[in-house]
Amino acid sequence: MSKILVIAEHLGGKLNPSTARAVSAAAAAKPEAIDVLVLSDNVDAIAADAAKIDGVTRVLTIARAENSHPLAAVLAPQIAKAAAGYSHVFFPSTTFGKDVAPRVAALLGVAQVSDVMSVEASHTFKRPIYAGNAIITVEADAAHAVVATIRTASWPAAANGANNAPVEALNVDVALPTHTRFVELKQGKSDRPDLQSASKVVSGGRGVGSKENFDIIYKFADKIGAAVGASRAAVDAGYVPNELQVGQTGKIIAPELYMAIGISGAIQHLTGIKDAGTIVAINKDGEAPIFEIADIGLVGDLFKLIPELEQQLG
Amino acid sequence: MKILVGYKRVVDYNVRIQVKPDGTGVVTDGVKLSANPFDDIALEEALRLREKGVADEVVLVGIGPADLTAHLRNGLAMGANRAIHVVTTDAVQPLTAARVFQKLIEKEQPGLVILGKQAIDDDANQTGQMLAALWDRPQATFAGKVEIANGKATVTREVDAGLETIEAELPAVITTDLRLNEPRFIKLPDIMKAKSKPIDSIEFASLGVDTHDQLKTTHYAAPPKRTKGVMVKDAAELVAVLKQKGLL
Repeated sequence: MSKILVIAEHLGGKLNPSTARAVSAAAAAKPEAIDVLVLSDNVDAIAADAAKIDGVTRVLTIARAENSHPLAAVLAPQIAKAAAGYSHVFFPSTTFGKDVAPRVAALLGVAQVSDVMSVEASHTFKRPIYAGNAIITVEADAAHAVVATIRTASWPAAANGANNAPVEALNVDVALPTHTRFVELKQGKSDRPDLQSASKVVSGGRGVGSKENFDIIYKFADKIGAAVGASRAAVDAGYVPNELQVGQTGKIIAPELYMAIGISGAIQHLTGIKDAGTIVAINKDGEAPIFEIADIGLVGDLFKLIPELEQQLG
Repeated sequence: MKILVGYKRVVDYNVRIQVKPDGTGVVTDGVKLSANPFDDIALEEALRLREKGVADEVVLVGIGPADLTAHLRNGLAMGANRAIHVVTTDAVQPLTAARVFQKLIEKEQPGLVILGKQAIDDDANQTGQMLAALWDRPQATFAGKVEIANGKATVTREVDAGLETIEAELPAVITTDLRLNEPRFIKLPDIMKAKSKPIDSIEFASLGVDTHDQLKTTHYAAPPKRTKGVMVKDAAELVAVLKQKGLL
């Protein structure tokens, strides 16, 4: 039988919703236990949050001053040690998970399955390749632990609230490297919903034209309570910060409503939104590839149409 | 200081790939192949570090079949000093690639290894991290800015939360994000010059790299198609449709 260790992602003392999505994927493997591991300098609040997630058997914590920032070189040896006795180690496929998981896999001497979309059997998974243009079924060696990252857009967050899993401090005796040091984190300040977990997302592309013009996107997003995203073209042109990029090399999201405004729809962008519930495209070019996958399309000038949309919404 | 740069050949990013009807793979015959875009960024960064005097030699590393040399010549034309070609016809997965790099590092003793953050064919995003683990050295993934001074790299990383800066003592592994730089174009005279630059061929088998623990791919499928959508004529109709679906 399998036992799964899910590595918690957190920031600023708060558990990231990606963790509960990884727990959902773990539950799909029907294991006998799902333990969540929290590594931080201050674990209590994060562990308490993790303990509430449905399906979690135990929350394990490693509280060390060295874990104050998520440095892969520091976290990986601790996770590799804690993984003893587990058949699977799951990470969310966020920049955190992508950074740490392969380092853990290599320490354990095992291959890693990236971006798990579905769990077919305990060692058989589906994952996307070629920017989501093909889905492969992969089998990992059942003789070893499986290290995998979980594509968060493919999994709902496990329900939160009913559970009360026990929290246990874990003591892993492992020397940590000092060759890598955290300097600073600059966060884009935003009161808007988080792009990766928002139910509605409004994205702008090159068609928006300038950084100043992007205000029209922000304003409209605020009006409907949506997060803001962007195409690579808009990020490269400096209209918006990098962390708003949606696509193969940015964030992969699955909101209920995705509105692509002034985005032509390159393959690499479409990869990031394929799992969205309803895709709306607004573009002045009726031939733009985005209309091939949009559920609802509207051809026209965004600078005329967005104010009209706002007016309609009252 | 010597810099090793990983250089993978992949199906060109503009190609819309097709899955074979029998589910055994994707169609790659006659399809345009190019350097992985992130690897061009890695090479560009290494060249810039050499131009700044931080590095004195940039060595390309490619793993692939015999005709990979043509592609390595492109990297040499861009400005790499020489190339190492690990020859194999088998597809190489990230852990194996990391082990190959580890073997080459023992011999080459680089001060820095720069790889792309992911290859756009397998989209794995693993090799750099795995190499750093096997080598027991720092990793700085998703690099958007790199500064090297006093035996350490200060790297700004593009993470979900924003921009994170870390310091890593050299030697280290850096993986490149899209916005690290704009790779240079190759000029015709450089293509001529690249013909005389050395490419060192090494048989994969001679490295003694363990491959038994690779993942097995049992099936390829096309992604589910989205159903054809509808066009609306104006803003009022769009709002009406979205309200009807309960989305607004």
